[in-house]
Amino acid sequence: MTDTKAVILIAVSAGVTALLRFLPFVLLGSRKTPGFITYLGRVLPYAIMGMLVVYCLRNITPLVWPHGLPELLAAAAVVLLHLWKRNTLLSIAGGTVLYMVLVQFVFQ
Amino acid sequence: MIMNRKIFKEAVIRTVPVMTGYLVLGTGFGILSEKNGYGVWWALAMSVFIYAGSMQYLMVSLLSSGASVISTALTTLMVNARHLFYGISMIDRYKDAGKRKPYLIFALTDETYSLVCRGDCPPGADPHRFYFLVSLLNQIYWIIGSVLGALIGSAITFNTAGIDFAMTALFITVFVEQWLTAENHIPAIAGVVITVACLIIFGSDLFLIPSMTLILIGLSLARKKLEPKKEKKEEEDND
Repeated sequence: MTDTKAVILIAVSAGVTALLRFLPFVLLGSRKTPGFITYLGRVLPYAIMGMLVVYCLRNITPLVWPHGLPELLAAAAVVLLHLWKRNTLLSIAGGTVLYMVLVQFVFQ
Repeated sequence: MIMNRKIFKEAVIRTVPVMTGYLVLGTGFGILSEKNGYGVWWALAMSVFIYAGSMQYLMVSLLSSGASVISTALTTLMVNARHLFYGISMIDRYKDAGKRKPYLIFALTDETYSLVCRGDCPPGADPHRFYFLVSLLNQIYWIIGSVLGALIGSAITFNTAGIDFAMTALFITVFVEQWLTAENHIPAIAGVVITVACLIIFGSDLFLIPSMTLILIGLSLARKKLEPKKEKKEEEDND
């Protein structure tokens, strides 16, 4: 691929990404926010974070070894640590270290 | 000045989880890009202008396989469609952000969204300034990671397998935190159940767009049930 074409492809991807990010603001942002959008703004973050958690775990294989066990154990550790101490950094570090140990040494 | 420094410190503390994840994932991207013949300047340009993690990983394979403009545009559309969702839920919060608004919108990645969507900002700070700082710091971490990866990535010998779980862990803590503070758990449950169902039905390449559509439809239909009565009345008064 020539450098010119590579630049064009990067520009296209950047343009489409920006379009997706700006579109809601351009279409819905100028007037007084309709009640329906205010409502979505309040409930959507809960649903989106649920969706993102599932999105991150999309490649686990529940029916085949290791049955998603490293992911599920580490995710459970994050939840328990967070319920216990409610310290975001501790929950993330604890879960990540456990996950690294699990994939590098336990479920090789 | 002291106040500014305090707010900056708070922004750094809050973005540490993203820093960890972005340095690691950004380095991974830099290494991949460099190995496929797109060295440090290319990696830098993509991290500055595209600034979307999973899309940039795909971009490397699009570039090295000689993809067309159309397939690049369609791939980006499919992979990044979830950003429409973030925009819809941030319209109100970013409404009066003034000159910072374009960058706040441009920099709304998954990770930045997870930090700003709850709308808590340190007392005494201008919220838009604080969100701007958080957004900018996150992109700086991402850029540093990509450049490092492209420059010295192949020299890393430490086994980093699994360190990308930091991002998943970040989303889980935000989810738990929201769960503990929510007055109603239906939106969170709907998000998980609908996405899992779509993942099973459509498979891991195609499930995001059906999930988003069903979540939007479901939450729209449930508005009467989920909207607290007194706020509903207020809104009617405003309309």
